[in-house]
Amino acid sequence: MQQTCLYTVTVFTDDQVGLLNQVSIVFTRRRQNIESLSASPTSIPGVSKFTFTCWSTLRMMEQVVKQIEKRVGVLKAFLHTDDDIVYQNIALYKVPTRSLVDNHVVEKILRRHNARILEITEAYTVIEKTGHNDETRALFEELMQYGLTQYVRSGRVAVTKDAAEHFTAFLEEQRRLEQSQADAAANSNDN
Amino acid sequence: MNERITGAEVLMRGLVAEGVDRVFGYPGGAIMPVYDKLFDFTSSITHILTRHEQGAIHAAQGYARVSGRTGVVIVTSGPGATNVVTGLTDAMLDSTPLVVITGQVSVSALGTDAFQETDMIGLAQPITKWAIQIQRPEDIAPALAQAFYVASTGRPGPVVLDLTKDAQLGLTSWQYTPCRFVRGYLPKPVLDMEQVRAAADMINAARRPMILAGQGVALSNAEQLLISLAEKADIPVACTLLGLSAIPSGHPLFAGMLGMHGNVAPNYNTNRADLLIAVGMRFDDRVTGDTTRYATQAKILHIDIDASEFDKNIRTDARVHADASEALSALMPLVDKAEHSSWRRSFARHAAAEQSRVVAAAVNPPESEPLLNMHQVVHCVSEHAPEGAILVTDVGQNQMASARNFRFSHPKSIVTSGALGTMGFGLPAAIGAKMGAPNRTVCLFTGDGGFQMTLQELGTIMQYGTDVKIVILNNNFLGNVRQWQSLFFKNRFSQTPMLNPDFIALARAYAIEGEDVESRNELIPAVERMFAHHGAYILNVNIDPAAMIFPMTPPGESVDTIMLNQNEYY
Ligand SMILES: Cc1ncc(C[n+]2csc(CCOP(=O)(O)OP(=O)(O)O)c2C)c(N)n1
Repeated sequence: MQQTCLYTVTVFTDDQVGLLNQVSIVFTRRRQNIESLSASPTSIPGVSKFTFTCWSTLRMMEQVVKQIEKRVGVLKAFLHTDDDIVYQNIALYKVPTRSLVDNHVVEKILRRHNARILEITEAYTVIEKTGHNDETRALFEELMQYGLTQYVRSGRVAVTKDAAEHFTAFLEEQRRLEQSQADAAANSNDN
Repeated sequence: MNERITGAEVLMRGLVAEGVDRVFGYPGGAIMPVYDKLFDFTSSITHILTRHEQGAIHAAQGYARVSGRTGVVIVTSGPGATNVVTGLTDAMLDSTPLVVITGQVSVSALGTDAFQETDMIGLAQPITKWAIQIQRPEDIAPALAQAFYVASTGRPGPVVLDLTKDAQLGLTSWQYTPCRFVRGYLPKPVLDMEQVRAAADMINAARRPMILAGQGVALSNAEQLLISLAEKADIPVACTLLGLSAIPSGHPLFAGMLGMHGNVAPNYNTNRADLLIAVGMRFDDRVTGDTTRYATQAKILHIDIDASEFDKNIRTDARVHADASEALSALMPLVDKAEHSSWRRSFARHAAAEQSRVVAAAVNPPESEPLLNMHQVVHCVSEHAPEGAILVTDVGQNQMASARNFRFSHPKSIVTSGALGTMGFGLPAAIGAKMGAPNRTVCLFTGDGGFQMTLQELGTIMQYGTDVKIVILNNNFLGNVRQWQSLFFKNRFSQTPMLNPDFIALARAYAIEGEDVESRNELIPAVERMFAHHGAYILNVNIDPAAMIFPMTPPGESVDTIMLNQNEYY
């Protein structure tokens, strides 16, 4: 049995309806449970990015990435471990204001967790925390003592640590390929 | 230039631009504008009206497989679309290039459970190479061009274009540019000469090499290259089910068929070789048996165009990511002339043992044996078939018996549902195969079960006068299931006996000639009449239901655990 660890799969796609579904069914068909998912536009017009995290084995994730890349509309997929990337999650916590105030813990919590308050009403307080899973989890556990009523955590967002920008290079390469195909077509029409 | 035409006309002109002269299909409400326009294009596009959409798509598969062209299917929305789902899955798994056009309701009705609306894209995405819905007429031409490009390049597969009524009826201008590039889609990997050199070194160092040829060889037209390489380096060539006919059956290096009901020599020697050279095949579980006991002693070199196949089922030691033809031509000059005579003799020994212990009695049973078996029928038909005949099979015992016993002389001579094992594939696929290769004889072997899954296509044969030779291997049982019940379920024949109609009377109802064959002395004259007859012909051959297909590697066993009969292992 191979070791499991938390992998991050980032997928760059054309900005088209239905691609997220096509990519996520590659995980589900192989019974891989997606731990988190985020989808967003990128700095490049017409290109979307999905970021999946998944506990799995290297062998399984390598196969999943190859299957993802086979989908038409998927531009490129990358497999990362936590060492390769800088990443964050964001979490929101809703807690009854009274219980925080009565226990005089607001300042302690905010300082210790480097969290901030987004909204306070008489009834509830919404706290925000960005960080890694263990950090957002630690605040979750602490706030449970004070009657936490809602908790939500976003999918992971991540950028690579590598100095080289592999996706940008890939897009450049694709542009060159497209141009050479077009030239070849133009030449064959001339003859 | 400013001429405005409907989306339906764009589709027709686009098909013509792609060189399509034949489509298979079935009309209905949501595709009527296309069928109406087709009426104006009958001089350039022949439409084959099958009797069921499943028949249309299997016919297109048969057509594509023998002709190397992309099969085209047109069906309506809803039930028309869902009826092609089996064929799409089959074509996806067996890498068959298809462009399937489905009708769809108007854009405003999408998602409302409108009459005959179904989420075809949602259904099709997991079972196609690409599936896209088209809502505007101006999007048809680029989508159609991309569909043909994606379907036919790289590892081929089916594509679905879901055409809403708005797209069919709306007006647009005519402009068509064939597609040569899709961003992020890389059908032709750049050949890595390092990989080729490493592969050549492995081949040159091997003393007991074996080639495993899959359908990738036929798909890249690499049959001749494969044979030349095998001859130069003196390497036995085994074929997967879909790889059959890549090398003629009579070639001295042909080692037989791989897999559960394959030949003894290649299966047994899989676990004796020091190098397996897999070319355009994917180590399907029906080929490998128990993967933990598969060729653990051998190095494995895998040549494939689809990188996702590498290390998927079997760990490989080296890979060449390329289509078979490109990889083999690059390898050819680097591979040394060699001789592996004692290794080759081991194949001959195993083949002789299989011949004397299994095949001889099956193909040539004692005169006292009153009932016919499938092996002897296929053997007899194959001996009488004209040069270059194409074998089409259905699924089950008939498929294994015919793949084992049919002799191939020409490439691209087998059409069978490999990965999906779709009963009912045979009859419509045979019709398509005949249309794709009109100058070749097409022989279909089918079971009584599978034949009845799509027998409505006899109507298609009648309407178009398609000359297919149909042999029903009729054991009045779902034979393959019965065999498993015999071997692994204590002879409990649950739901496998079948009461069948008079197939010849049925054929007659469709104006198709044929005859029943009950016994051995009727067989040869009947086969001769079938081949002498111009036009379709059906032989309904009465087969011993107790006869089984051997050799057999039982499910879950290692590839060299081979049953020769109920009681004896090799
Ligand atoms: C559509 C479909 N349903 C069920 C099966 C399972 N199956 C495989 S072989 C077989 C029996 C086939 O019987 P028949 O068509 O009479 O052929 P035979 O095995 O007797 O040659 C069945 C039911 C299948 N492969 N495809």
